[in-house]
Amino acid sequence: MSVPSEPASAGLDVGIAMRRFAPLLVLAAVLAALCVLGFELKPYHREIAIVFFINVIMVTSYRLITTTGDWSFAHVVLMGAGSYGAALIAKHAGLPFGVVVPMAGITAAIVGAAFIVPLLRTAGFGFFIASFAMGELVRLIWVKVQFPFGGTRGIINIPSPEIVGLRLSPPVPYYFTCFIVMLAAVFIMWRLDRSRIGNAWKSIHSDDLLAECVGIDVARYRSLAFITGSFFAGIAGALLAYRMGAIDPRNFDLTTMIYLIIWVVVGGTATFWGPIIGLVVVTIAFEWSRPLLEWRPLMFGGVLIFFLIFLPGGLESLVPKVSNALRTPPGQQFERLRTWLTTFASRT
Amino acid sequence: MDAATLIQTLLNSVVASSIYALVAVGLALAFGVMKMANFAHGEFFMVGAYCVYVLYALVGLPFPLAVVLAIPIVALFGVVVERLIFRPTRKNILAGFMATAGLAFVLQVLAGQIWGVGIAKSIPTPYMGAANVGDATIGWQRLIVIPCAFAMLLALRYFLYRVKLGKALRACAQDPEIAALQGIRTNRMTMLAMALAGASAGLAGALMAPIHAVTPYMGHGVILIAFVVVIVGGMASIEGAILAAVILGFIHTFVTTVTDNLIATMVGVGFMALTLIVRPQGLLGRERA
Repeated sequence: MSVPSEPASAGLDVGIAMRRFAPLLVLAAVLAALCVLGFELKPYHREIAIVFFINVIMVTSYRLITTTGDWSFAHVVLMGAGSYGAALIAKHAGLPFGVVVPMAGITAAIVGAAFIVPLLRTAGFGFFIASFAMGELVRLIWVKVQFPFGGTRGIINIPSPEIVGLRLSPPVPYYFTCFIVMLAAVFIMWRLDRSRIGNAWKSIHSDDLLAECVGIDVARYRSLAFITGSFFAGIAGALLAYRMGAIDPRNFDLTTMIYLIIWVVVGGTATFWGPIIGLVVVTIAFEWSRPLLEWRPLMFGGVLIFFLIFLPGGLESLVPKVSNALRTPPGQQFERLRTWLTTFASRT
Repeated sequence: MDAATLIQTLLNSVVASSIYALVAVGLALAFGVMKMANFAHGEFFMVGAYCVYVLYALVGLPFPLAVVLAIPIVALFGVVVERLIFRPTRKNILAGFMATAGLAFVLQVLAGQIWGVGIAKSIPTPYMGAANVGDATIGWQRLIVIPCAFAMLLALRYFLYRVKLGKALRACAQDPEIAALQGIRTNRMTMLAMALAGASAGLAGALMAPIHAVTPYMGHGVILIAFVVVIVGGMASIEGAILAAVILGFIHTFVTTVTDNLIATMVGVGFMALTLIVRPQGLLGRERA
């Protein structure tokens, strides 16, 4: 009579295997879908997808900096440093795409390294506003200096991207270029996040004094996070510069920075995937709200306030709650809802 | 630079310093009490200017009355922001700060949708003519900023150091828990701090309305300078904010006169970076930014 026990244990194994491989399967499905979409999308939607890939690099690299507890307000300007770097190198040195993109990342990393020197002296809120002021300084330099930055009109006629004689500028090749660069950047940052360095960054966030006592060089690791984040922002900036063919200081102003914050806050920063979820949701909402163009900042400003007050952990914090709720029997769920409602009512 | 230009620039510096001081004092005060970091402070300035635009240029009230009315209106704004944004996010400074960044968006769109985006609102100059100081001439409209700002700052100082409520506010800024043990209601104090912040920023905006270009986005330039002033002065220090406002007011005006506005802003931010490297706690601050 040993037969009946067998399906049960097999079921258990399947359950464990499902739980282990389900994320991988989802990831594979998403990647496959994105590959197919590269050919199938309408031109307008393909443009949105290209910008989306660039923004994925932005939110992921921003989240990398926030793991140390430093919320920068200069990330979009550092992306701009990459864009300007790419535009100038491609235009004046005539180097190919494959060389320009890493060099743009290095340009942004150098600017980031200059930023972090005074910024290390600040923490928390001071870091936020000091980085805002430093970013404005760089942006004003772009506005002011005619050569080589072109002042308010910026840089036009950026050469179209090419790799070993292959033209990347048409939408479909550029879609896949951005897709591949995004995958590489996200993979590297994901590995960094799970490495010893990533753990050191997180330890600074949870308790910087304790981290220092354990022998972590806090200043060095904060700088490393900021410079690494700047490097990837620079890569994103290079992709943006090539796509638009012309850049000016307005592309990197405060409004863009606040949208970056909205993406990250809506998704949440506790997990690696949170900011990307936030970006997906807000991008879709952003496209839906196209008819209400002039009301958009108001709506998304409201969304930002709503999330910070009512859902400070972002959408990612809903995932364990929802899966918990699905696992508990309905009777208990009702009980839990009732206690939650009573506590909520007594709080307000 | 000849004598006339020098006197003119000095006077302009005092005007600029007064406005910076008015704006930055509110920011430092709110940050001192329960670490309320208000990104929408520049928008308070903007609302103050729009109050004068509506009450003086559209409704036709006398200019001084419009300015005086702008103070309680923007102070009320401050109270609402405290109640709706800062109190729920009190546990996390950055959350309140980012939420007020969202609020800045909201207020800009509202001002733009109600009164139009396009060109700057034209406000007729209430006090025409100019005073002659030596060889220099300076418009009355600019000169009246100085006594108004002084009066506001002195009143604020009297309130904080002589009035019981003001002393309670300072106690709350020093240590909210001990203050609460003395029977001071922390929630009242945070509201009061935001009201004072709104009042001073609103007055600054109202006074600048006839001089400054009134647009929904006028807060942006103001908030940058206010942040620089507050960091240089030392985050939560009111005296530091005033000292830094005077220093930066002079630097900004002199550099603007010699070169232009953009370079002056850059010099100001550079000065901030230098202060952070040499003296991270700011000129008169006690703790690091």
